Amino acid sequence: MTDIDLLPREHEEDLRASVRRLFEAESSAEFVAGLYDDPTADTSKLDRAWAQELGLAALLVPEELGGAGASASEAAVVSEEIGRAVAPVRFLSSAVLATTLAVHLKAQSLLAGLTAGERFAAIAFPATAARIDSGIEIAVEGGSATVSGTVPGVIDGVGADDYLVVAGEGVDTVVVRVSAEHVQAEPFLGFDQSRQLADLSFTHAPAEVLGHGLDAAAAVRAAEILGRTVLAAEQAGLAQRAFDLTLEYVKGRRQFGRTIGSFQAVKHRLADLWLEVSQAGAAAIFAARTAAASEAGEELPDEAELCSLVAGSYASTAAVHAAEEAVQLHGGNGMTWEYPLHLYLKRAKADEQILGHSRRQRQQLAPLIDLPTA
Amino acid sequence: MSTEQQRIDDAVAAAAAATTDAMNDSERYGVLYDHGLAWVNFPEGCGGLGVSTSLREYAAQQVAEAGLRTPPRGSNTIGFGMAAPTIVTYGTAEQKLILRDIYTLDTIFCQLFSEPGAGSDLAAVATRAVRNGDGFRVTGQKVWTSGAQNADMAILVARTDPSVPKHQGLSYFLLDMHAPGVEVRGLRQITGEAEFNEVFLTDVEVPEANLLGELGQGWKVANTTLNNERVAIGGGTPREGGMIGVVAGAWRANPEYRDPLLHDELVRLWVEVEVARMMGERLSQKLAAGQPGPEGSGAKLSFARNNHELTGLELQMTGVDGLRYDTYAMRRPSEYSMIGRIPGYRYLRAKGNSIEGGTSEIIRNIISERVLGLPGEHRVDKDVAFKDLPK
Ligand SMILES: Cc1cc2nc3c(=O)[nH]c(=O)nc-3n(C[C@H](O)[C@H](O)[C@H](O)COP(=O)(O)OP(=O)(O)OC[C@H]3O[C@@H](n4cnc5c(N)ncnc54)[C@H](O)[C@@H]3O)c2cc1C
Repeated sequence: MTDIDLLPREHEEDLRASVRRLFEAESSAEFVAGLYDDPTADTSKLDRAWAQELGLAALLVPEELGGAGASASEAAVVSEEIGRAVAPVRFLSSAVLATTLAVHLKAQSLLAGLTAGERFAAIAFPATAARIDSGIEIAVEGGSATVSGTVPGVIDGVGADDYLVVAGEGVDTVVVRVSAEHVQAEPFLGFDQSRQLADLSFTHAPAEVLGHGLDAAAAVRAAEILGRTVLAAEQAGLAQRAFDLTLEYVKGRRQFGRTIGSFQAVKHRLADLWLEVSQAGAAAIFAARTAAASEAGEELPDEAELCSLVAGSYASTAAVHAAEEAVQLHGGNGMTWEYPLHLYLKRAKADEQILGHSRRQRQQLAPLIDLPTA
Repeated sequence: MSTEQQRIDDAVAAAAAATTDAMNDSERYGVLYDHGLAWVNFPEGCGGLGVSTSLREYAAQQVAEAGLRTPPRGSNTIGFGMAAPTIVTYGTAEQKLILRDIYTLDTIFCQLFSEPGAGSDLAAVATRAVRNGDGFRVTGQKVWTSGAQNADMAILVARTDPSVPKHQGLSYFLLDMHAPGVEVRGLRQITGEAEFNEVFLTDVEVPEANLLGELGQGWKVANTTLNNERVAIGGGTPREGGMIGVVAGAWRANPEYRDPLLHDELVRLWVEVEVARMMGERLSQKLAAGQPGPEGSGAKLSFARNNHELTGLELQMTGVDGLRYDTYAMRRPSEYSMIGRIPGYRYLRAKGNSIEGGTSEIIRNIISERVLGLPGEHRVDKDVAFKDLPK
């Protein structure tokens, strides 16, 4: 373990401010709530704004491949803001998961479109799986392949330009790219409409092989580590926001002639929640800085994986807890459509399942910390 | 390497050159103190180099690598964790001389704060310190005083003015535990032994020079101690440093403990402890210089809860062995370790973690009021002269 610097950095705080401004303008609570009433509402303007105008699609692409050469640390800052605004953006699916795969596989032509923010990619895996493996078969013949099968509940599965499909493990790992016209995507009304899921089917879909064997396995692992790390930051950002809204509310709402925040039962719940939310934030930044150090070759991937699982398993339950407490402490208002809390609760509860629920992540963590099951 | 790190390296090299094989422990520790390596963040002349608090760990590593022996972890905990930071903040030049003896373990400290009528409500202490010529005469009863039987000195909070509201009439003293009128009686605790005591103070003479901070400022001075106490209890451990290391180690070493139904709970607690460590790390980087603030209290809350849960899990995990106890005999341990002995002892002792140094409920009050800015508890006694309060 190297020493990880956890202090805020000026350029990251500038980045945070510009992302926050964008979401305040383009992704208000009303806008997000509107996606539940009109699931077909167009979010592509918002995606273009962060991807192209703010250039965030290029964030995780190294400079020599035409990108911004930033790290997991910057991506985590963006993701915290996404969580804070429950923004319906393709950041995790395209700019983090797919882009990391493409970078590690040196998939130049795919990367060109992704980096420019002109194309978006999705990885075909069930959102709740712990690994980004598609679970379907890829038939490889030389440099080309065909894909057949269905993958349920794919994150941002509708509207992507490219689909990446991963199959197999270790030396048998294969990663291919299927373009949108060969994929049937059926979006469904989600429990959480701020992250659109879709069922995908592939019928002998022609595919380009991006990588196979151990190199592909390493790329998949890198994408999973980064994905979990960035998702943990989103959860930490969401938790912090739900907490802040609640703290503000209990300071203003009066009952029995005093603010409800003066009741000890409420104060103690918020003290505990503050601790949990702060710990989630610390774990998220620790994981992000560790992932950045690992990508830079200054830290072992094992340590980055360990930290991603620590942060992921902790922040996912902290976010749900913060959103649940927010609803409770807002009383009847917490149950309304008008207050934004339901957006936080739905996103947090869905996020909790993404890339594996916390028990699954702890099961993945156990061998890394040498705590065997049997 | 920063200039501060360079200064630490230079001090370590000088201390190594000044240390000889013939020296006893006290002399060795004295060399470290004289080279500013006792508490590097303290000012020069007080056992420090005046460098950032965040370099404490770096300095500890350098000292260890140079093969210089340091006081064993857990010795003089109150001296190190509470008395020293308070003395360095409020002490006179003369009072600061005692810092060296604290570090060399020649002066062991205990903490005379709590009383039968003043626990969580520390500001309600009734022990009186009455002016007496050039000094004070102290009378009263303290309780739960850990390690009083081995202590040479105490940090003491006593009432110097009962005619003003309770927070205003307190003063903070350094008290000689060997002075006439100090009587220590062991108080047997849940584990069988007596780690803490009742301390009876009857007309104990305390010279003026032992008043720490100003007369009537005892509450403010005591809060420096308490903030440091909470950090000393809660923070600054490496990965798997505390109880988690013991429990995870037992799991690894004993395949028969590996009940699959307990596995997730163990990993969850591992994560809890690790996440608390990460938060402590982040906080200490932020607070790189200066005193710990109320945020540090959060560490104590996690620590207490995690220790409760970990020791409870360990007792379950170890099956019948968990139900074997080593001894409930009344003993007076000269030192104790939270993680020593057996699972049953650890389970029982850990219960104190949410009581000593401010109960978890009091910590939640502190967080909600001082970190979150929520209204204070309803108080009937705040503006009433202490002598007029119902007892
Ligand atoms: C192992 C151990 C070692 C100790 N060592 C020392 C020592 O060396 N020196 C020393 O001075 N003291 C020491 N103490 C004493 C310790 O600081 C006190 O026990 C503690 O502050 C609680 O005070 P109390 O025991 O009077 O309990 P009380 O204050 O009576 O508390 C009883 C219960 O009421 C709750 N409560 C009290 N006030 C409030 C409130 N405002 N809001 C909500 N809940 C409240 C408490 O949280 C607790 O659950 C030690 C204690 C232990 C257990």
